[in-house]
Amino acid sequence: MSSVTKNSARAAVTPAAAPKVKRARKSRVDPLYYFFLFPSLVIFTLAVTLPAILGFVYSFTNSVGFGKFEFIGIRNFIAVFRDEGILGAYGFTLAFSLLTVIVVNVLAFLLALGLTSRVRFRTALRTVFVIPMVISGIVIAFVFQYLFSNSLPLMGKSLGIEPLATSILANPDLAWLGIVFVTAWQSIPSAMLIYIAGLLTVPPEVYEASSLDGASPWHNLRHITLPLVAGYAVINTVLGFKNYLNAYDIIVGLTDGGPGVSTRSVAMAIFRGFEGGDYAYQMANAVIFFLISITIALIQLRFTRGKGGIA
Amino acid sequence: MSNATRTTPAGPASPGPLNAGQGIAGRSRAGKRRIRTGHERTNWAATVILIVCTLGVLVPLYVTVSMAFKTTGQAVDGNAFSLPSPLSLESFGQAWTLTNFPRGFAISVFVSATAVVGEIVVSALAAYAIVRNWDRRLFRWSFFYLLAAMFIPFPVVALPQIQLTGLVGLDNPLGVAILHIVFALAFNTMLFTAFLRSIPLELEESMRMDGAGTWQVFWRLIFPLLGPMSATVGIFAFIASWNDFMMPSLIISDPEMQTIPVLQKIFQTQFSNSYNVAFASYLMAMAPAIVVYLFTQRWVMSGLTQGAVK
Repeated sequence: MSSVTKNSARAAVTPAAAPKVKRARKSRVDPLYYFFLFPSLVIFTLAVTLPAILGFVYSFTNSVGFGKFEFIGIRNFIAVFRDEGILGAYGFTLAFSLLTVIVVNVLAFLLALGLTSRVRFRTALRTVFVIPMVISGIVIAFVFQYLFSNSLPLMGKSLGIEPLATSILANPDLAWLGIVFVTAWQSIPSAMLIYIAGLLTVPPEVYEASSLDGASPWHNLRHITLPLVAGYAVINTVLGFKNYLNAYDIIVGLTDGGPGVSTRSVAMAIFRGFEGGDYAYQMANAVIFFLISITIALIQLRFTRGKGGIA
Repeated sequence: MSNATRTTPAGPASPGPLNAGQGIAGRSRAGKRRIRTGHERTNWAATVILIVCTLGVLVPLYVTVSMAFKTTGQAVDGNAFSLPSPLSLESFGQAWTLTNFPRGFAISVFVSATAVVGEIVVSALAAYAIVRNWDRRLFRWSFFYLLAAMFIPFPVVALPQIQLTGLVGLDNPLGVAILHIVFALAFNTMLFTAFLRSIPLELEESMRMDGAGTWQVFWRLIFPLLGPMSATVGIFAFIASWNDFMMPSLIISDPEMQTIPVLQKIFQTQFSNSYNVAFASYLMAMAPAIVVYLFTQRWVMSGLTQGAVK
């Protein structure tokens, strides 16, 4: 029903109508518009801007989150850079994000290719592949935690595969594998849907033309499909990095940062700021984390400008 | 390329890129010049590979369901893949009481419902005000101000936020719902503004000619027209708030007021051997989101691609 309205609404947009729209604009704003916008601005300012400013200010103090405090300059920042625990968290988070972005994009692209080719049961397959996206990260992490620490070792033992016989989550050198696996499991669907959207924008005539020139499927993939979906890869990389840098739920569910602190992410380190009483110290960490996140996002956009996609 | 990308946001007026594509079911990707005859050759190799791949999704789900129906005795043997025999429902009863499921469920529903309604109404109103007054600096800048939020990760503002919510008495489910609304505000407003730009002003003007004010125009004309986008925003608001662990675990101070995902944590510390009870509880936590998804997947798929491909 609504689609009928929409279509007729769209049909009404003609180039001739455009200038008229401009002339018709009133010079005085209906005050009601302010009333429409201001609630958003107010709650946004109170819930995001104010905490951001407070956090920035606190990062230069020795506050523990309550009571008296004094300004101590950039001492927190210096301490963060010397803190091996925090540097370890950064190392883990960045390496994990990079690896997950690659794994997710490769697999999501392959699935999208498959789902846009002439396969049977396409709708049903798509429905199944999207399910992980709608499941809570912490809950699915608990499910996999059981599989990794109980079922997989059991299978490893019975099959005589030595490395599988113990839980990989209990091994400081391998626990990250489980985290990458579950994170990829959950985030492949959204990347896949974006790739499907991208693949569907490629007009079939392009492939027809290239096959007339005698191009092989590999050539098609290399010279037509990949360049055309580059913009979508950018979107997936930017969105992916943004999510993985904040990794929390799945890590809490799988390893809770362990064994030791081998899988502790930056977000987890920051949240410890209240428990450990080093509130201002972790705020300095958050300020650094913010600058790093922004830098990574800007670098990605810069390197990929002109390849389509965002911007 | 950039051209193709830019047409997508205009897509809201059409059923969205994915559904549009589904219409052309038998599109020839191998490139044979062939008119759609309805009996193109199926790529069976790809079909089989994809079906095998679905096991990656279905096996964990199967494990969750089968473990939930096992008895405690059968569940402790560590073999997650065996079928439950005998089929037992006792774990659901225990999970029900251990997590105080009805209370957690009610709180989760409250948080999600508030987030869904709030996100739709608040961002639709803001987007409408912004689009109709785009030539005014205040509104234009407000838009960019809200957009900046997309670059602020939650962990960055989390600590002062925990402090502030505690201070004003919002360290409860209501506070979590409000924070969900705020953090999604930028993205939702962006979606709504893109959609609103495709609605011609003429519709509105004729209604104003008949004496309707801004208030009536919005609620009687614009808001109903925003329906498809509201559905998208609402579904994502539901999935995000229903599944969220990070925010409630940090903001809600009273353990009795926790949401369903956070409640699952008790199985990691206490009751660590009642795997069947734990999985029954996991199943009850994930089922609502899956059910909602299965009923609304059309919007989920088109919504996601529309939203991301800006």
